[in-house]
Amino acid sequence: MTAPSTPVVAAPSGAATRRASSFLATRPRVRLGLLLAAPLTWLVLVYVVALAALLVTALWSVDSFTGEIDRSLTLDNLREITTESLYRTVTLRTLGVALLVTVIDVVVALPIAFYMAKVASPRARRLLVVAVLTPLWASYLVKAFAWRSMLSEGGLVDWVLNPFGASTPGYGLTAVVLTQAYIWLPYVILPIYAGMERVPDSLLEAAGDLGASSGRTVRTVVMPLVLPAVLAGSIFSFSLTLGDYISVNIVGGANQMLGNLVYTNVGAANNLPLAAAIALVPIVIMLGYLAAVRRTGALDNL
Amino acid sequence: MTLTRRNGRLGGLALALTCSLALSACGGDSSDDEATGPLKELGKTEGQVSILAWPGYVEDGSNDPNADWVSSFEEKTGCKVTSKVYGTSDEAFNLAKSGDYDVVAASGDLTLRMVAAKAAAEVNTDLVPNYEKVFDFLKDQEWNTVDGKNYGVPHGYGANLLMYNSDVVKPAPTSWDVVFDKASEHKGKVTAYDSPIYIADAAMYLMATQPDLGIENPYALDEDQLAAAVDLLKAQRGHVGEYWSDYLKEAQAFKTGDSVVGTTWQVIANTIDQDNVKVTVPEEGVTGWNDTWMISSKSKNPNCAYAWLNHIEDPEINAQATQYFGESPNSQEACDFAEPGFCESYHAGDEAYSDKIWYWRTPIEDCLDGRTDVTCTDYSDWTKAWTEIKG
Repeated sequence: MTAPSTPVVAAPSGAATRRASSFLATRPRVRLGLLLAAPLTWLVLVYVVALAALLVTALWSVDSFTGEIDRSLTLDNLREITTESLYRTVTLRTLGVALLVTVIDVVVALPIAFYMAKVASPRARRLLVVAVLTPLWASYLVKAFAWRSMLSEGGLVDWVLNPFGASTPGYGLTAVVLTQAYIWLPYVILPIYAGMERVPDSLLEAAGDLGASSGRTVRTVVMPLVLPAVLAGSIFSFSLTLGDYISVNIVGGANQMLGNLVYTNVGAANNLPLAAAIALVPIVIMLGYLAAVRRTGALDNL
Repeated sequence: MTLTRRNGRLGGLALALTCSLALSACGGDSSDDEATGPLKELGKTEGQVSILAWPGYVEDGSNDPNADWVSSFEEKTGCKVTSKVYGTSDEAFNLAKSGDYDVVAASGDLTLRMVAAKAAAEVNTDLVPNYEKVFDFLKDQEWNTVDGKNYGVPHGYGANLLMYNSDVVKPAPTSWDVVFDKASEHKGKVTAYDSPIYIADAAMYLMATQPDLGIENPYALDEDQLAAAVDLLKAQRGHVGEYWSDYLKEAQAFKTGDSVVGTTWQVIANTIDQDNVKVTVPEEGVTGWNDTWMISSKSKNPNCAYAWLNHIEDPEINAQATQYFGESPNSQEACDFAEPGFCESYHAGDEAYSDKIWYWRTPIEDCLDGRTDVTCTDYSDWTKAWTEIKG
């Protein structure tokens, strides 16, 4: 309330602010609306509208000779990607690669994160965090091409494996899994490391005092506590692999993943609507994955 | 009352005005369309030109100090050149449609699509003085001329050759069967060009090996013939190590030995420059390209664009460019500037040899071989087949 002695003319802006604030104070909904307006506009424009545009584009078609887009709605593209065996095969292949990359990354990341959070001295911990982050300084392409030359005939991998009677896996799905697992590893280590740090040391000590073996402590104390972090990390490696097409192009040999189908349909075939329809596949898979993760309750603890 | 009536009349008048305006606007548009012909005369150059071309077509000496025909153009005309290279005609089509490029070097599987999509402008060859020197059998061909209108000037032509690593592929191959029926001998080390147009290579092989399919032209395939080519390519797929569209990727794969046999361009063999990597023309024949310099219909720098067309048609420059890429130049005079023996080895001007190359064309529903009793498969069918082949 304005004090009666305050001269209204002397501070008009102050009065306006005060009037606005008293207006907002009694209307929580307007307050909330104003607060959320900017982020919501961004979210709606960038995500929801883009997704809607993708969905609508998937319903269009293309004139094959002139390459002009025909904007009449048809379900042909969606029918094509659901019925043709090609898309099923590629979807399954992509899913398999994404799952394998995720499993490898989690298996490698868990011990590293545990060591960083619980065993290493503060000084070593800082150095390890830097070491984990260093690969992110190099460009994705540089790393993928580095793997291409390492996996080539007579390359580094060949040279290391030859004494053991093995040879390079060559370009193919194995190479894709290796490259992707390497590239996304930091994104999996960091959330798990953050999760490990939040596990109280006292719990580990208590488990030890009560006679639990190391394995049992990890299984029944550490794992349940870091599971949300592991799932968060897995979302990174899984979704990033699901949409990737560059490393497949570089080290994947003749294989295609979903991203390549999108790429060829935009770049080579000039069929944007079909590309949009294919792009819906990883989105649907990701929605399913997120829903499954949500059921575990992992998202509540992030 | 009067006021409202007047308002009503005014409204009607406004409506009529808008209509007539709209009509005249429409009329103006249509007369513009009729008037759109080739440029009548050249004006002052704009100072810049952007070019979209195959690798090795627009060289300023940064890749190879000896290959530079852009600097002389820039000095002479004052047009600053920016260029972009592409790996497949499909890629080029999308880039060209954006209208960001004034000049496009297009192969025969692209030119007609450019014309159909109204992405290419009609070219007045009178404004390209060097055009008269070009071989007659390259002029007014179905891939550069539509309804008697020229849509570009010829650059050069060449063949998709068979490249092999002579340490591994023995004896030296004389047939494409090393990448088709005998591909299993080099399982995982066979390479192929990553574009639907490569289906024509398989069709050409089938012309020789399975005459009962009745293929007359590898770019005119009915459904059964396409299915046969697709089957052949699917069988090949099991032995392919990787497909290439980036020519540097193929060069690297042959250098390391990850690929040992497959289709190539002469320029790639030149880039590799190793004694054990050889190229040959197999007995079934070859597919190839016959390239055309086109001007974008959206070009903002038409004068520089024409200047470039004339520059690249100049026999001396054309000799340099085609020699660098490894293809036949477009004129007899160019041969005088080329290294001795170059034109002979590429059969430049040899019309009979040129007739034997199956130049890239865009497959369309009306069979290119003249058949009228069947519908041929068009390029979208080929594109779909190609993703299926790769699986």
